[in-house]
Amino acid sequence: MSVANEETVDVKARNKDLIKEVLAVYPEKTAKRRAKHLNVHEQGKSDCGVKSNIKSIPGVMTIRGCAYAGSKGVVWGPIKDMVHISHGPVGCGQYSWSSRRNYFIGVTGVDSFGTMQFTSDFQEKDIVFGGDKKLAKLMDEIQELFPLNKGITVQSECPIGLIGDDIEAVSKVKSKEYGGKTIVPVRCEGFRGVSQSLGHHIANDAVRDYIFDKTDPSKLAEFESTPYDVAIIGDYNIGGDAWASRILLEEMGLRVIAQWSGDGTLAELEATPKAKLNVLHCYRSMNYISRHMEEKFGIPWCEYNFFGPTKIVDSLRKIASYFDDKIKEGAERVIAKYQPLMDAVIAKYRPRLEGKKVMLYVGGLRPRHVIGAYEDLGMEVVGTGYEFAHNDDYQRTAQHYVKDGTLIYDDVNGYEFEKFVEKVQPDLVGSGIKEKYVFQKMGVPFRQMHSWDYSGPYHGYDGFAIFARDMDMAINAPVWKMAKAPWKTDAAATAVAAE
Amino acid sequence: MAQNADNVLDHFDLFRGPEYQEMLANKKAKFEHGHDPAEVERVREWLKTEEYQEKNFAREALTVNPAKACQPLGAVFVAVGFNGAIPFVHGSQGCVAYYRSHFSRHFKEPTSCVSSSMTEDAAVFGGLNNMIDGLANTYSMYKPKMIVVSTTCMAEVIGDDLNAFIKTAKEKGSVPADFDVPFSHTPAFVGSHITGYDNAMKGVLEHFWDGKAGTAEKSTPVKNGSINFLGGFDGYTVGNLREIKRIFNEMGVKYTIVGDNSDVWDTPTDGEFRMYDGGTTIEEVTNAVHASATISMQEYCTEKTLPFIADHGQEVAAFNHPISVKATDKFLMTVAKLAGVEIPASLEKERGRLVDAIADSSAHIHGKKFAIYGDPDLCYGLAEFLLELGAEPTTVLATNGNKRWEEKMKALFASSPFGKDCQVYSQKDLWHLRSLLFTRPVDFLIGNTYGKYLERDTNTPLIRIGFPIFDRHHKHRYPVWGYQGGLNVLVTILDKIFDTIDANTMIAGKTDYSFDIIR
Repeated sequence: MSVANEETVDVKARNKDLIKEVLAVYPEKTAKRRAKHLNVHEQGKSDCGVKSNIKSIPGVMTIRGCAYAGSKGVVWGPIKDMVHISHGPVGCGQYSWSSRRNYFIGVTGVDSFGTMQFTSDFQEKDIVFGGDKKLAKLMDEIQELFPLNKGITVQSECPIGLIGDDIEAVSKVKSKEYGGKTIVPVRCEGFRGVSQSLGHHIANDAVRDYIFDKTDPSKLAEFESTPYDVAIIGDYNIGGDAWASRILLEEMGLRVIAQWSGDGTLAELEATPKAKLNVLHCYRSMNYISRHMEEKFGIPWCEYNFFGPTKIVDSLRKIASYFDDKIKEGAERVIAKYQPLMDAVIAKYRPRLEGKKVMLYVGGLRPRHVIGAYEDLGMEVVGTGYEFAHNDDYQRTAQHYVKDGTLIYDDVNGYEFEKFVEKVQPDLVGSGIKEKYVFQKMGVPFRQMHSWDYSGPYHGYDGFAIFARDMDMAINAPVWKMAKAPWKTDAAATAVAAE
Repeated sequence: MAQNADNVLDHFDLFRGPEYQEMLANKKAKFEHGHDPAEVERVREWLKTEEYQEKNFAREALTVNPAKACQPLGAVFVAVGFNGAIPFVHGSQGCVAYYRSHFSRHFKEPTSCVSSSMTEDAAVFGGLNNMIDGLANTYSMYKPKMIVVSTTCMAEVIGDDLNAFIKTAKEKGSVPADFDVPFSHTPAFVGSHITGYDNAMKGVLEHFWDGKAGTAEKSTPVKNGSINFLGGFDGYTVGNLREIKRIFNEMGVKYTIVGDNSDVWDTPTDGEFRMYDGGTTIEEVTNAVHASATISMQEYCTEKTLPFIADHGQEVAAFNHPISVKATDKFLMTVAKLAGVEIPASLEKERGRLVDAIADSSAHIHGKKFAIYGDPDLCYGLAEFLLELGAEPTTVLATNGNKRWEEKMKALFASSPFGKDCQVYSQKDLWHLRSLLFTRPVDFLIGNTYGKYLERDTNTPLIRIGFPIFDRHHKHRYPVWGYQGGLNVLVTILDKIFDTIDANTMIAGKTDYSFDIIR
């Protein structure tokens, strides 16, 4: 025990020094601001001791995106039977076209539109004279050319809010003209807020205002309730995550009436107020609508975590606790069914991964949610941080996930992250595409933890097998032994590249 | 249970198992409230018709699946080509996250770029403070040799003045007064990424040649016999620029590659992350004013830059992404003439090898019909090459092509008997192309990664040449310029042709009589 304590003390001291060292590069004003976002976690504290959801500092190379990315890219984009217009210049829609891997089943261009880039492609005249007429015309063209679309959303890019366009009015007129069609104007201009996060919130509010509140109840699909109806909220079906989750909920006897929003449809969104329970995976991006449904329709919601068997077991039981014995027994049956698979996965991969150290920097839920999955494999998360968390995320992180001495970095930038990794020398970094190659150049194994590095699913029992295999593949790839030429004898560099 | 620890199933196998298939069918039947499958089928077929094409081409407001990006992407492409330079994009921060991701997905390399992170308050009061703080932070954190500023549409809509802002930032001590901060306005609602290349390149040259925004003397050109080379926005920049250097060295040409991003997008994995690597130095770009001539490999990427250079007394020559033997001949002869050197026997031999390869293989390409889409110069270069191979570039489409380009393409078609039935489309997108692939089918499609959706929908085999290429690796390392580049393009086309023949002839006992061992 005492050795472990000493180690923790050492690590804590090292991490504190590291933060000081990193801050030294900044101009004084910036150092003061950044200091509030970096910390070494103290066990027993109710949060991670960092400020969050604050504007990024100009010029530092923040990794964050924007509100449009949070709305179009995250929340709305995956709703497959609606057409999502990237309203403004061409770039935003182009760079986010099919890059998030929200899997869906459907005939693209006919009844599904998830991997298409619809844009109003603003030109100078649209900026000068406004884009409302173009938007109206564009909706007519969508109606004619894509007649099976179930609805339209307008995802605002920066200029829309700056030039005073009235997308709400256009949407209203067109909705009426098309016989009450769902048309959702979303004010997710990229300059709003400090990150993707406000985009999630605005997108949630748009669901509330234009789907829950505006839809004529007589037009809703027929729906027969059962006592076991649940909706999956905040799973974007990246690489099939929501499917690997849905299968477990159904196996335990629940009926999943909607997926928000991976492989989701308008009908599923509309049916959700009939759920008996909303199960919420990505708290950050969809807590707003969950709270709203609780207040307005009395639907309880529960957070869950389907990364790694330990958390899956806890979550299945937690979800079951909202239902009767039939479901509780169902949960136990599911847990028992998959236990042998989990035992086999852990038996195979844990010996290869035991004791490996991981640093994470991701978005909404993963900086905490995946920690359990790593621990199931005997790995240790020694540093973590969020692109766009709020304090309630850091509270959850502190209270349920991170260990004493963990390095915490909120809205980390290129410089800080590189320095942290250089000094901490983890065996694996999990972050995004912008970070991937930086660390691989340094000889540090890496997995993209937004896109699952084009793999996945990582959710559920089926996903955990893939997760374990992928982490092993990253860390134990022979390539990392080759980073240094054999005639170079730089000991420190070899240590980074080892294993 | 489908999953298995011994043989872990990936998404492409996992979800095909009976449990998942049943689950998905159930979801669709009970909760999605989709359309009648017969109706879906009817519309799917209708989308293939002439009638649909007519409506599709009548679009005036809607763009679907365009093959172009926005200006600042081109500006970032230019900026990273200078030694120790960091691109600084003034405006919303999300844009920069997108540019960096986009390039990293294509090159499989890091792309360093900063944003001035403007938010609502900057929308109201302007982004001056973001510029002042941003430049100071970038300068102290990343120790660049220069900061190359461009703009997002947000900064353009509110009318931020880069020249004034940078001056003020310097007065406030963000960076030293003599630190180089070239800039260009790159509104996303004008042109495309190739316009951004043009504006940013011109901005850098203006800075170094025309008195650094009024802070230094304008340069007086003194001809030194050197040649400047501009590659234009090019997904193959890594392979191409290295090939160009090899060719120029072979020819004994004194040259400057202006905007050389071939090293920064191809750094080694050896334990060190190089944020900056290679690139045109400040000294080189400054002295580039004294060159005798400038060559642009992509006319439509340098429509403003070349006249600017010509105004500084240089001869200028523009090409259209030369790939064919004839275009490469013309390129080399122009270089030789401008630099006053001879084309060496070694290159003549390379030429002969490309001609030899075409002679060996053209029987498999001759008469085949192709659709091509991409940036205007690349489209031209590829069409020119196909005509030379006896193929027909039946449909050529550039979303960011202009009228001048359209005319030039038509002249190219008219110059060859193989161009007789070829059509050019500018300002059209991949949804237009989808219609065309149904109504005027071709044998092969040439385009970027997004062409795979057209391949799926129209069953036209896709040959991946263009930008971005996200789903195949390392293609950017191989040149498509020079005779060697022409050979690479030839082989890329041939590989797909042969793979397609094999795939169509491999049913045992049915079609495999044509599954030939020798082709």
